[in-house]
Amino acid sequence: MAYTPGLKVKRIDILSKERRLPVKGEVLVNLGDKVNHQTLVARAYISGDPTIVKVAIHLQIEPNDIFDYMVKKEGDSVNKGEPIAKYSGFFGLVKKNINSPVKGKIESISPATGQVIVRGDPIPINLNAYIPGEIVHILEDEGVVIQTKGAMIQGIFGIGGETHGTLKFKVNSPEETLEANMITSDDKDCVLVGGSFVTLEALKKSVENKVSGIIVGGIGHLDLKEFMGRDLGVAITGQENLGITLIVTEGFGKMTMSHLTFALLKDFEGKLTHINGTTQIRAGVMRPEIIIPHEQDIKESEDILSGGMIIGTPIRIIREPYFGVIGKVSSLPVNLVQLESESYVRILEAELNDGSIVMVPRANVEIIEE
Amino acid sequence: MSQNKPQKDLLYALVTDVGSTTTKARLFHKTKDEWRFLVAGEAPTTVETPYEDVTLGVINAVKEVEELTGKKILKPDGSGIETPFNGKSGVDIYCTTSSAGGGLQMMVAGLISSMTAESANRAALGAGAIVMDVMAEDDGREPFEKIKQIRSLRPDMILLAGGTDGGAIEQVISIAELIKASEPKARLGASYALPFVYAGNKDLHNTIQNMMEKSFALIIVDNIRPVLEMENTEPARRAIHELFMEHVMSHAPGYKKLMQWTDIDIMPTPAGEGLAMQLIANTYKQNSLGVGLGGATTNVYSIVDGRFVRSVSANLGMSYSICNVLKEATIENIMRWLPFDIDPDYLGSQLSNKMIRPTTIPQTLKDLMTEHSVAREALRLGFNHHKSIATRLKGVSVLRTVSDMFTQELAETYIDMMKMDILAGTGGLLSHAPRRIQSMLILTDAFQPEGITKLYQDSVFMMPHLGVFSTVHQQAAWEIFDKDCLLRLGTVIAPKGTAQEGNEVMSVDLEMPDGTEIEETVKFGDLKLIPLATGSEARVTVTPGKGFNMGAEKPEAPVRGRVMGGEAGIILDGRGRPLWIPSDNNKRKELLLKWFKTLELYSKDVLETF
Repeated sequence: MAYTPGLKVKRIDILSKERRLPVKGEVLVNLGDKVNHQTLVARAYISGDPTIVKVAIHLQIEPNDIFDYMVKKEGDSVNKGEPIAKYSGFFGLVKKNINSPVKGKIESISPATGQVIVRGDPIPINLNAYIPGEIVHILEDEGVVIQTKGAMIQGIFGIGGETHGTLKFKVNSPEETLEANMITSDDKDCVLVGGSFVTLEALKKSVENKVSGIIVGGIGHLDLKEFMGRDLGVAITGQENLGITLIVTEGFGKMTMSHLTFALLKDFEGKLTHINGTTQIRAGVMRPEIIIPHEQDIKESEDILSGGMIIGTPIRIIREPYFGVIGKVSSLPVNLVQLESESYVRILEAELNDGSIVMVPRANVEIIEE
Repeated sequence: MSQNKPQKDLLYALVTDVGSTTTKARLFHKTKDEWRFLVAGEAPTTVETPYEDVTLGVINAVKEVEELTGKKILKPDGSGIETPFNGKSGVDIYCTTSSAGGGLQMMVAGLISSMTAESANRAALGAGAIVMDVMAEDDGREPFEKIKQIRSLRPDMILLAGGTDGGAIEQVISIAELIKASEPKARLGASYALPFVYAGNKDLHNTIQNMMEKSFALIIVDNIRPVLEMENTEPARRAIHELFMEHVMSHAPGYKKLMQWTDIDIMPTPAGEGLAMQLIANTYKQNSLGVGLGGATTNVYSIVDGRFVRSVSANLGMSYSICNVLKEATIENIMRWLPFDIDPDYLGSQLSNKMIRPTTIPQTLKDLMTEHSVAREALRLGFNHHKSIATRLKGVSVLRTVSDMFTQELAETYIDMMKMDILAGTGGLLSHAPRRIQSMLILTDAFQPEGITKLYQDSVFMMPHLGVFSTVHQQAAWEIFDKDCLLRLGTVIAPKGTAQEGNEVMSVDLEMPDGTEIEETVKFGDLKLIPLATGSEARVTVTPGKGFNMGAEKPEAPVRGRVMGGEAGIILDGRGRPLWIPSDNNKRKELLLKWFKTLELYSKDVLETF
């Protein structure tokens, strides 16, 4: 059985970020251009919302007579409130107008249903760069690829979309909880780093103080429910409009933030940080991300993740009864072993930081880079 | 494929299921005169980044099969499966099912919610789709709300029904206009023509053709409800399958390659599972209920008097969708199956952690019991969904008797647990339950079988495999199914009714295969287990107590029959139907522990510590 692949925690990485429009449009930058996070790189227009006007019903006419009453034809522009059809009966004494409910264009007039579709004005989609860097690839009519050097950390779960702010620490250790009394008006537009947990009150106070984002080890299930105003249900997030982006690095409950993640973030305190809470667990897995562009040039150590699990590999246990505990692989028995649950599975033995040895299913650990 | 090899000469068949989490390979082999399951190989599915090629997962799973058998199956250059078997290496046939990448996601629309829209829904579900929305003229939503919804959905396909042949025209065009105006976008990208199946009033074929052909990949098929009294879902189902292969599968990462490897079309996993369930019903010629409990979805299948209905509950599952089970079932309903107290916030966090790390497994007994509790609720909700689809054709006048006038309404669903003879389960949680009695009680608690019901389960998760294989070689698929896949759990005897605790629910006389007789009296709230080995049968006479019935014409009349033995045996279920769980917390925990200990559901030593 496979182990859960670890999430990316990289001090230096050459990051390539694809910025793609949802529909075809116009690319506004050129290959080799240097951009900052606010630069508009592409723009598109999606067709406006259609509004159906039941002309025949309102005028009490037969659908196939509709053209006799229309004062606008297909393709005509209309303003909100402007007549599109008129009825005049009984020697002009009975008059009835049908006005367009929106500004737009007459898209279709149907003699089959007596309906008119008014298409609202096109809706622009402006795509910014999100991170600073260089345009290294143009996706014709669709977007660009931006390359930058920086630190990259993936969280396990998040809410809220793309944002940015100055990285600011609110705790001194990864074990500490981010409490409401730690948040002040000075934190406006910042990305705050908490430790093992963020309280519901701290979240609410952060929104009040217009904090851009929070990075933290864990969050309570019920706190998240109350903050979002609904049960999470399926883990497809990123579209929430809660006034803040939250990135959880470890999981649900009080979870000490990985020391590596905490230390890495600490090294970049004060830097402009770009975060995105968008998470999708199934079908096109997306994990929340923290990107901190910088110019540091440190020789990167070997990628532990690519080597698989061997004796000495640092791991984190990701399921009860040792959830969140960090240790090193001390043994990898080949034979299946029976658990307390009575299932027979492949296990490993891990030496924890306190020196104790525990047995865990291989499926319940993830490799970490320490 | 070894199309040239006659069926009788086939010796090896390799079948995979590319699941949302795991790709499962199963190798089948003909030994002497019978087909048997040989080995299983599994590997993580590689539909996501960084791999984005499902064939890598298939190769890894097949490699495990190679290691276990010492037999080469993959082509030396890794470019596919070697066919046919040449006496040393390769297999004679390779086929696969798939649910990776979210399966087939559809939006369906019809004229009237309870008629054509419902038929369209059944057709889509019957083809193995996940239905994202069912739209109808009378669904209570304003046009702008429907437009907003269509624009936000990103389906793989749309099915439109509406109007009987020669019937409604204007309203059907109105729905078509609304869909077209909404400009729905396909999940797989902007450059991809969204498949659209029209299965409505035949008088509109030309109109729909002119209206839709430029905007969609359009297929027009026979009407799903040509007349109100008849539902004809087969042409729509076939069109969905065709478009699924042509448009959806070929766009998923690596599928184009995989389609070239397989000897027959790739089948959606629920479709394969459904065929396996039909195989059970057809072979035993009995009413059957089946369920596939997966990580993301719960699929329920019923075959009642020959009518087959499938439901796919998209967001009820044991890993990716576990938090949605929590949301829909409520935490209280999950906790009611646990014989120990647990903090709701802790439980919620525990389940959320399973969702974000879906491949982890329970290590402690309490953790396993928690998953089993969620499974009961996922199955219960999935079954409720199924019952809402397995309904009589509405809009058809039904002859009502005078006595019906005094009842509220005719039952919506025709699923009657008293008439269900067989209940079968598949999926990781059920197949991997450490004790078989666990899956038997989970199925019993969720579906609440009534009367005498035989219970089966998939031994090592190969029902989808055998379903797709049955389309090539039905006899071989059944042989493997019967001998290696369909594990007999036993029989549940459960009278319908309810009473005060301690009242008699039934008395049972059993004549065991060795001639011994067993007499048991079951009181309300009791569960009893009588061992009866797999392959054995016993004669039984059940006399229901006052207020209970076993499905005989006269309530409380005794019924006689045969009961099937199995890995678990015979459960005498005196907990009433609907199943009774005390509302008092202490009483509830006490009773659950009593049931669990009686059935030896979990380790006695650990249960003693609760």
